[in-house]
Amino acid sequence: MSLMDRIKDCLGTDLIEISEFRGDVCVEIPKNRVIEAMTSLKEKGGFDFLSDVFGVDNIDLYAAKAKKAKKKKKGEEEEEEPKKQGPPPPRFEVIYLLLSLKTNERLQVRVRVPEDSMDVPSVTGIWKAATWPEREAFDMYGFKFKGHPNLRRLLMWDEFKDHPLRKDYPLEGKGEERHLNYDTV
Amino acid sequence: MNFQAIQGEGWLLCKAEQLINWGRSRSPWPFPYGTACCGIELMCALASGYDMARFGAERVAFTPRQCDVLIEAGTITKKMVPVLKRIYDQMAEPKWVIAVGACACTGGVFRTYSTQQGIGSIIPVDIYIPGCPPRPEGILYALLKLIDKIEADHPLYKKRQQVVEALEAGK
Repeated sequence: MSLMDRIKDCLGTDLIEISEFRGDVCVEIPKNRVIEAMTSLKEKGGFDFLSDVFGVDNIDLYAAKAKKAKKKKKGEEEEEEPKKQGPPPPRFEVIYLLLSLKTNERLQVRVRVPEDSMDVPSVTGIWKAATWPEREAFDMYGFKFKGHPNLRRLLMWDEFKDHPLRKDYPLEGKGEERHLNYDTV
Repeated sequence: MNFQAIQGEGWLLCKAEQLINWGRSRSPWPFPYGTACCGIELMCALASGYDMARFGAERVAFTPRQCDVLIEAGTITKKMVPVLKRIYDQMAEPKWVIAVGACACTGGVFRTYSTQQGIGSIIPVDIYIPGCPPRPEGILYALLKLIDKIEADHPLYKKRQQVVEALEAGK
């Protein structure tokens, strides 16, 4: 039984999409079923090790795609059928990298997160190793991991307001400074 | 060095400022504040190959209260700014600062939201060393330049000026 079949078995109806690229399997699961799907992947699928948790901001990608589609429409040739009109895709993704230490197989699990509801269930109850990566993802993108024991910033200082790895945050910052204040320290 | 004195049997006559500068310039004890790759070069400059101790940087002080020269070698992130400032504040006068490398001088290649663009805006810097990272020779050269600067100083005159200014402000 191949890895893809086993994962399909494991996830059942929680599976939105599964793909393979050069031997790396990637699945997408719905946001409200993260805990159930991850528990199943750990217990039935044997993925006992969480390598990393991080985020992706797709704002530029979607903007570029929309521009391309517009350009094509402007041209007189209309070879391609018009694209399906629907709600815009969720802006963010949380990506979990799983590893099975017994079989040495890896799996990438994606969860799409829309900008207006940044809540994501925390997987710290399943893998303790998720605490710091989730803090980092919160720091850099602003995901609110529900059920995280200590969701503070990991890299930036506590008073920092923004989430710097979002694509709409300027590279050189917004002039945030940190000073030594003897009154409060 | 322009140390001038008249001496005889068991006595030496010279300016007090000269004597103070002689002592200070021959014992610039460094505080190694290595935060990045420049710190490796600083270690190399301190170790036996280059041996900064030849110029009086004999004892590397890992406590800010017992050192004279803060050698800031490496990138300073904005999160670290209060730490650097506090360490500088803890150092006893007289104190000097050497900024080692492009990051400490200007922020270097890290022109980003998280990196302090040069430590000159936090603490007063005496010597800037360019390079990414500078070679140990560069750090030694900076130390020699700093020694020149210390020898050209007028500590008592400065102290007198401070007292005069304080008195005038008190009036």
